[in-house]
Amino acid sequence: MNTNHRNGEVRIGFYICHCGHNIAGMVDCPAVAHYIAKLPGVVVSRDYKYMCSDPGQELIQQDIREHQLNRVVVASCSPLLHEHTFRNAVAAGGLNPFYFQMVNIREHDSWVCTDRGEATAKAKSLSHAAVCRVRFHRALETTRVPIHPDVLVVGGGIAGIHAALTLGNAGKKVYLVERDPSIGGHMAQFDKTFPTLDCAACILTPKMSAVRAHENITLWSYSEVVKVSGYVGNYTVTVKRKPRYVNEELCVGCLECIQACIYKEGKFPDEFNVGLSKRKPIYIPFPQAVPPVVVIDPERCLQVRTGKCKKTCLEACADRKAIDFTQKEELVEIKVGNIIVATGFKLFDAKRIPQYGYGLYPNVVTAIELERLVNSSGPTAGEIVLRDGRPPKSVGMILCVGSRDMKTNRWCSRTCCMHSMKLAQLVREHTDADVTVFYMDIRAPGKGCEEFYDKSLKEGIQFVRGRVAEVTDWALAPEEEGKLVIRVEDTLAGFVRRIPVDMIVLATGMEPQADAQEVRRLFNMSCGTEGWFLEKHPKLAPVSTFTDGVFIAGCCQGPKDIPDSIAQSGAAAAEAMALIDKGYIEQEPNTAYIVEADCSGCKSCIPLCPYTAISFDDAKQKAQINEALCKGCGTCVAACPSASIRQNLFEDEEIFSEIEGVLAYV
Amino acid sequence: MKYSYFPGCSLKGLGRAYEESLLPVMQHLGVELVELDDWNCCGATAYMSVDETKAAVLAARNLAIAEKAGPHDLMAPCSACYLVLNKTKHNIADFPEINAAVQRALGNANLTYSGNVPVRHPLDVLVHDVGLDAIKEKVVRPLKGLKVAPYYGCQTVRPYATFDDAWNPTTMDRLLATVGAEVVHFPLKTKCCGGSLTGTVPEAGLRLTYILLKEAVRRGADVIATACPLCQFNLDAYQDQINRRWGPARIATVYFTQLMGLAFGLSPKQLGLKRNFVPMKPLPAEPATV
Repeated sequence: MNTNHRNGEVRIGFYICHCGHNIAGMVDCPAVAHYIAKLPGVVVSRDYKYMCSDPGQELIQQDIREHQLNRVVVASCSPLLHEHTFRNAVAAGGLNPFYFQMVNIREHDSWVCTDRGEATAKAKSLSHAAVCRVRFHRALETTRVPIHPDVLVVGGGIAGIHAALTLGNAGKKVYLVERDPSIGGHMAQFDKTFPTLDCAACILTPKMSAVRAHENITLWSYSEVVKVSGYVGNYTVTVKRKPRYVNEELCVGCLECIQACIYKEGKFPDEFNVGLSKRKPIYIPFPQAVPPVVVIDPERCLQVRTGKCKKTCLEACADRKAIDFTQKEELVEIKVGNIIVATGFKLFDAKRIPQYGYGLYPNVVTAIELERLVNSSGPTAGEIVLRDGRPPKSVGMILCVGSRDMKTNRWCSRTCCMHSMKLAQLVREHTDADVTVFYMDIRAPGKGCEEFYDKSLKEGIQFVRGRVAEVTDWALAPEEEGKLVIRVEDTLAGFVRRIPVDMIVLATGMEPQADAQEVRRLFNMSCGTEGWFLEKHPKLAPVSTFTDGVFIAGCCQGPKDIPDSIAQSGAAAAEAMALIDKGYIEQEPNTAYIVEADCSGCKSCIPLCPYTAISFDDAKQKAQINEALCKGCGTCVAACPSASIRQNLFEDEEIFSEIEGVLAYV
Repeated sequence: MKYSYFPGCSLKGLGRAYEESLLPVMQHLGVELVELDDWNCCGATAYMSVDETKAAVLAARNLAIAEKAGPHDLMAPCSACYLVLNKTKHNIADFPEINAAVQRALGNANLTYSGNVPVRHPLDVLVHDVGLDAIKEKVVRPLKGLKVAPYYGCQTVRPYATFDDAWNPTTMDRLLATVGAEVVHFPLKTKCCGGSLTGTVPEAGLRLTYILLKEAVRRGADVIATACPLCQFNLDAYQDQINRRWGPARIATVYFTQLMGLAFGLSPKQLGLKRNFVPMKPLPAEPATV
């Protein structure tokens, strides 16, 4: 590789790309090449149809050899797209790849300009700047940092479970951290899944058990990530393990302690059955819970709260000695190379739309409540009944509750149409009730979903198109007495209808978790305006985030159904594996560095660094920068009062000469 | 606590029982109401729909007088006045051409309006300024056992729900509970009473009134409490016609201030309760005269 030409003769090659018509349609490329050719140091100046093509790259390499070029400038598209391509071409020609500068005259010029003269002038100006700057470029080396092979998966819903199993099966060590006492997430609450109507538990619980049995997966339920530091390949994560007052290794899940609890009956709302049944202070979330061990609710248990209880549970547990009231919260620190965040969603609170009467009329229920009612291990053992125990004769389902609504959430929750049609079919299966679905648009784009909609229509489920105005219990006609009345404008029939029913099911939409903002900060991710975690690119990097080594999967990224969640978590696992199996991370050399002789040790840079890359060397009384952590944002460079922090590829002389170049053409 | 007071024409005419009960209740609570000097008709919703600009000028004159009267909030008890004055404020703020017309007209009468007079509803003032605790202290005759259907009407919280929820307002519910009444669940609390349709298209208007009466009776209410003179009139005055047409639904409709007055120990006569067509039954278990 050539040495630093800083003090030697600079020989620049300039190439302007037509990009077919993308650039040449608005910029006079030969004129730009002609203009640049006259600048000092420019040895070669060419225009070419597609610089990124093989012949285009070959052109650069050939010129480097033939004309002894030691600097290269390409004016074409965004560096995001092809900077790597051209750097590689320059390296293949025998130069250090950082003797290269790219000019974006497509996104920044031809695509946004409407006047050919002005666009050409701008291309000349930007190219001039690059030619001025590139002469100050230095040879730089990328550095390699090894990757820790373990992976942290946050969230034990179906997305997290699938990601953990995929990685575990590939031989990677995985920590799966779940906030609740059991993994399984929302899917565990479902009775059946659309559009195949296969039993949710039958397809989920084997995966849950597999997680627990897997030699490569460490499952920490009832635990939360509280601190994350480090960078891609080398994260240090602190996990808080909440005390469940039951030793997971010793408990065999016989549930005798629950029987023995001094509370003879369940007294507290059962989270798994969304409050439709009651549980005791000592409980197991649901029969197929994983880990299959009991948990003690510290806010309800007399012993934990007051220390005054007969502790009948201890007696029942007897020699197994699994119950342990001395358990304390524990903080565990682990090292991982990659993190997959699959923290899921929460359901819209139907009380926020008071006109639908949830919380006011007992027989207005949410879709997830009906899901528990229809489930054979649910509070009614699978009977769909009204609160007074009667089976409903008619059921109304209201879609888009908290979705596609300017007053609450504007997004489509994507699953509610199908979820409601599935529930409608289950209601028809379990009862004699007539079912009417109130919808704005039926959205059934998934595989087999439109067919499922057809099936629903054929099975006699009624569909009324219109956003329901209100649910009320006042009657106008004798047939409305004692019923809930749905008032809706039927937009197909063209008039306002009153439809009396016994039970109303609200298809509540999905929302970001209540603590999404805290989680976002914890993992240094971004959120869209709605609060869903933001992917790096909506099409090309759907499971990556702007923080390398942190991936997202499932509904924390946006509403989606089970197949899509699984697809994303598989993709996230594959992305993590790609990094792990490569074994190292290549770091861009655009990092900041300290000119130690000039550093006064004022420490003003240290708190400014968003990546905690700067520390203080007490012995030398100087700041020091960890290159592996530095992302090259330049904050410290700008802030340093003694100008002792500089940055590769953004040296003062590079920037100033670039400005001079821009101004030279004006 | 001092407020400018805009009675509007209803409270001096058909709805005088509202004023007759509002003034002593407010006085009882130490709230001073100073009636605007030389106020005029608010224009009601009728004028608004004929000529919005002229209607704004008419209503804005009251706002200008209030601004001149001093830095007090303006209380407008009639829900039509309350709505029209608030709507005028919005129109003046949002539409420069209306503002210009208003300022020109006011200027001719040597008045100005800078937009700084908050228009308040008595429910708002009672719950948020006076406070339920202070009201509770004044209760000498709790309305125990009296079942009340709280009826807000359409104009109090819509479209400008500044002090309460537009769908399920609760200020009156809380106020009535504070004075000891039992508030029945009345989801029709913001439904239309028929408005002026009771006079112009009775078959449509009276049907709406009937639904309100019937549902209040069905839910076991002894009395309907309202905050609007037109609602009170519609619910009270047409019951014979309604009963003939759709069947029995007989129940008294009074102003919430009248019920508060009773709880404060004021006499029914003093509170204008004798003016009802359908009289309110005596309070349950009226204590023997001491």
